[in-house]
Amino acid sequence: MTARIKNFPGVSLSEKDFEEGKILFVHDELKADYAWDTGIGIGAYLAGLKRGVILGVRCGHCRKIVVPPRTVCEWCFHPMDEYVPVKDTGMVNTFSLCYVTWDVKRITEPEIPAVIALDGASALSETSVIMGGIMHKLGEVEPKQVKIGTRVQAVWKPESEREGAITDILYFKPI
Amino acid sequence: MNERVAIVGVGWSGFRPRTPEVSYKELIYEAAVRAYANAGVDPRADVESFVTVAEDFIEGTSIFDEYTPDQLGAALKPVHTITGDGLHGLATAYMLIRSGYCDVVAVEGHSKASNILTHPNIVAYAQDPVLNRPLRLNTHFVAGMEMHRYLFETDTTQEQCALVAVKNRRNALKNPLASYAADLTLEDVLNGAPLAWPLGVRETAEHSDGAVVMVLASEKKAELLAEKPVWIRGIGWCNGSPSLESREWGSVPYLQQAAQMAYQQAGIRNPWNEIDFAEIDDTYAYKELQAMESLGLCDAGQAGALVEEGATEMDGELPVNSSGGSLGVGYMLEATGLMRALEAVLQLRGEAGQHQIEDAGIGLVQSWRGVPTTSGAVAVLSN
Amino acid sequence: MGMRKVAVIGAGMTKFVRRAQETPKELSWEAARMALESCELTMDDIQAVCMGTAPDAFDGVHMKGEYLSDGAGAWRKPYLRAFVGGGTGVFTPIQGWYHVASGLFDVVLLVCEEKMSSFYPHAQAAFVTIFDHTTERPLKPNLLWIFAIEMNRYMTAYGINKKDIARVAVQHKQNAANHPCAMLGEADITVDDVLNSEVLAWPVQRLDVSPVSDGAVAIILAAEHVARRLTSKPVWIEGVGWNLDTAYWTNRDLAYPRYVEYAARQAYEMAGIQEPRKEIHIAEPYDPFDYKVLHHLEGLGLAERGKAVDLYLNGTAAPDGDMPVCPSGGLLGVGNPIAAAGLMKIAELFWQLRGEAGARQVPGSPKKGIAQAWGDLMQVGTVVIMGR
Repeated sequence: MTARIKNFPGVSLSEKDFEEGKILFVHDELKADYAWDTGIGIGAYLAGLKRGVILGVRCGHCRKIVVPPRTVCEWCFHPMDEYVPVKDTGMVNTFSLCYVTWDVKRITEPEIPAVIALDGASALSETSVIMGGIMHKLGEVEPKQVKIGTRVQAVWKPESEREGAITDILYFKPI
Repeated sequence: MNERVAIVGVGWSGFRPRTPEVSYKELIYEAAVRAYANAGVDPRADVESFVTVAEDFIEGTSIFDEYTPDQLGAALKPVHTITGDGLHGLATAYMLIRSGYCDVVAVEGHSKASNILTHPNIVAYAQDPVLNRPLRLNTHFVAGMEMHRYLFETDTTQEQCALVAVKNRRNALKNPLASYAADLTLEDVLNGAPLAWPLGVRETAEHSDGAVVMVLASEKKAELLAEKPVWIRGIGWCNGSPSLESREWGSVPYLQQAAQMAYQQAGIRNPWNEIDFAEIDDTYAYKELQAMESLGLCDAGQAGALVEEGATEMDGELPVNSSGGSLGVGYMLEATGLMRALEAVLQLRGEAGQHQIEDAGIGLVQSWRGVPTTSGAVAVLSN
Repeated sequence: MGMRKVAVIGAGMTKFVRRAQETPKELSWEAARMALESCELTMDDIQAVCMGTAPDAFDGVHMKGEYLSDGAGAWRKPYLRAFVGGGTGVFTPIQGWYHVASGLFDVVLLVCEEKMSSFYPHAQAAFVTIFDHTTERPLKPNLLWIFAIEMNRYMTAYGINKKDIARVAVQHKQNAANHPCAMLGEADITVDDVLNSEVLAWPVQRLDVSPVSDGAVAIILAAEHVARRLTSKPVWIEGVGWNLDTAYWTNRDLAYPRYVEYAARQAYEMAGIQEPRKEIHIAEPYDPFDYKVLHHLEGLGLAERGKAVDLYLNGTAAPDGDMPVCPSGGLLGVGNPIAAAGLMKIAELFWQLRGEAGARQVPGSPKKGIAQAWGDLMQVGTVVIMGR
C-alpha cells in the first residue's frame, strides 16, 4: 500500500504563509468559566490547607492513608471518612527541572515540579505500590542539587494570606 | 456472542438544580453505590468494563476520562469514555456484551451543569468556528429556526407545542426526581418570555445536576443477578449533517434512521400499537412532537393533535414523558439519555411509584444531543 | 470464546505536518477517502463510523466529534466517538472491533484526526486543563512535567542513563526517513544530536519528544465473511485490551505502567498468546517520548522491567532485528497528531503484515504484530494484536 501510493494527501504550511497573508484564519478567544464544587473530600483538604495542615484520608478496609482525601477508596470501593493530618514533610519521589512555563514561555531559572511522598501517609514498599504523594513545586534550592530521595518541607503562605487552595503551600524546600 | 442484554441495576443521585454539597466525583459515587447494590454486584470483582459519557468543555477539564474511574470502582479496569449521550453509552455497553468480550458492564453519565458559569458560550463553541460562530448568536437560535420550519412544514401550532410543556411539567408533579414540576396553563407557557421566536423560555428545559449509573449484563448473568431484568430489545443511533447550511430543518431523518435500527432489532413494526410508553426528547417542547413523528409513532404533522387529544397523557393511549421529561425533571447534559432510560427501567419494573403506568411492557427511549447537533439515539426496552 | 472474527481490510493516511492547510474535516475526509479506495469500497458500503480525536481544547470546538462527523463520512450513519486521551488512536480500532464483533455491523470506518496547530500560540498550553482543577491546576503545570518526572523516576528506579535512552529517538527517526508521511525522518541523526538538543524539562530534551502535528488516519474493518470476499490478504484483529488506572497519579509508582500490563494481558489472552516475546514479530508501542517506548515494552511483557533498552542496544528493535520496534518511525519520527498517531500504528501493522510497507518493510514475513497507545495522566493503556 505505502509501496504503491505515490502522493499522500496533506499540504504543509509555514509561518511565512501566514505572515504574507496567503492563508486566512479566524481567531477566537474562548471564555469558559467554571465554579467547581469541591465537595466533602477536597473541601476538607482545602479547609485543612487554610489551617496549615495537610489532610489525608484513611481507608478502614485497606488501612492505607492517601492524599488528597476522597470519600471512596478506589481500590476496595469502601467509603472513607477518617480524615487524618499527615506531616508537611516528605521525600522527593521524582522531579523535573522545567525550562518552559505552562504556556510554553522559555525561562532561564527552571521550575522544579516534584511528586512528594508525605510523611505520615502510606509509603511505597516491597508489597505496596500505593503511596500518599502530591504534586507540588520545590524552592529555595539549587536545581542541580535536587535528588530523588531529598527530604523536603512545605513552605506555607502567611496564615493571613491563605485562602484554602493548593497554593497556600508556596513550595517545598530541602531540610 | 451474547444475543440478549439486560439492565440489571440502576442508581441515581442529585436530580436537583444545584448540588453544592458534593463534588462531581461524590455525586457519581452515590449513584454508583446504589446501582451496584441494586444489581447485587461488587464493582471491583464483578464488573468487567465501564463506559462513561462526558464532554470536556462541559466538565471544564481536558481529557476528562482521566477522572472517571475512581468513584466508579473502576481503577485499573477496562474503562472508556464516549463523548455522546447516555444512550450512546448504553449502546456501547450493549455492543461490548453482545461481542462476548464482557458479561457485566457499568455505564455512567452525570451533569454538574450548575458549575458551568458560561454555559451559553460553551454551547456556542459547538458551532462551526469559521462559518457560524463569528455571528455571535446564542445557540438557541438553531432550535428557534428548526421549530419555525417544523411548524411551517407540518401545520403544527405554537399552542400544540406549548401543550407539551404543560403536560410534562404537570407529569413531573408526581415524580420525586423532578426539579421543575409545575401546574401551568397553556396561557402561562405561551405568555412566557420569547427565547428564539417562535420558541419561548417556558418551552425550554432548564438544567439539573445529577448522576445515573446502570449495570448491564448478558442473559446468563442477568438471570443470576436480577429478579426483574429490563431487556434492551433494540438500540440505534445516527448522525445527520452537523452543518447548519446543509441540514433538513423541518424534519430529523437521522432520528428516523436511528429508530429503524432499533425497531429492526426489536422486531417492532407498528410502534404506536406495540409500544406502551415513551421517554423522548423534549429539550424544547416542539422536539417532543417532531420526535414522535420521526419515531414513527404517528405521521408527520399529527403529533400536535395527539397531544391535544390527551393521547400522550399519563393515562392516555401512549404516555409520553410520564417522568416529566427534560422540561419537568431538568436537562442533564450527557446524562439525559440515561435519565430517560432510568424512568423506563422503573416503569418496566413497576417501581415508578405515583407516576407508574399500568401494564408497562415495552418502553421507547430517545435522546438528542442538543443544539447545534444532529445526533440522535433510540432504545427499545422491555420487561 | 466464540467471538466474531474482525479484519482490517483498508487503510489511508495523510502526511503528518506541523501545520496543515486542510481543516480538521478535510483531513478526516482525505484519510477516509484513501482508506475506502484502498479496498475499493464507497461510503455506501460503510455501516457505521467511529471517530477518534483528542481534546476539544486543541480545536477550541465543543463536541468536536459532532463537528467532525461529516468530514469522517458519518452523515446518516451510526457514529460514535470514544475518548481515552492519548490512548484513543489504538482504542478506536478496539471500538470498531466491538462494533463488528457485536454483530450489529459488518463494515465499519474508523477515522482518527488531529489538528493541533489551531491552538494559539502553542498546543501545549491547552494541556494545563488536563490537571485536576482544584488540587493541581493552580500550580500552573506544564504537560512536560509529568513526562519528565515519570522519566526521572523510571531512570532512577532501574539505573538507566540518558545516552542509552537516546538510542530510541535515533532509531525511530531513522526508521521514519523511509515513511512518505513523516515529519521528522532523519537518516543521519546521532545519539549526540539528541543529548545536545535543547533541555525542555530535564531529563527531557527537545529530541526526546515527538512533535506537535496535524494529520489523519483511517482504517476499515470488516466481519470475516465480508473480509474474505473483499481481500485475499485480511489482517485479523486477534486481541484487544484496554485499562485505566486511578486518576490519583501521585499515589502510584511511576516507574512501571501497570495499566499497560493489564491491557496487554487481556489482549494476549484473547489472542491466545502465551509467550509474547517469541510470538510477536513487530511491535508498535506508543512513543511520544523516547523513554515511553521502553516503559511500554516492559508493560507489554516484551522486555523485563528495566531491560527494554537492551532491545535497542543489541539490535533486536532495529528494522532488521529479531523484533522490530516502531518500523514506521513512530510518533518520534512520523509525527504526533495524537489520535491519528495511534491509528497510524494500526495502519503500519496492516501494511507490514501484508508485505506492503515499501522501503520500511521488515524482512522475514512477519505474522503477528502488536500496537499500543497510552494516555491521560500516565494512566491508560490500549493494546491491539493483529495477525495474518
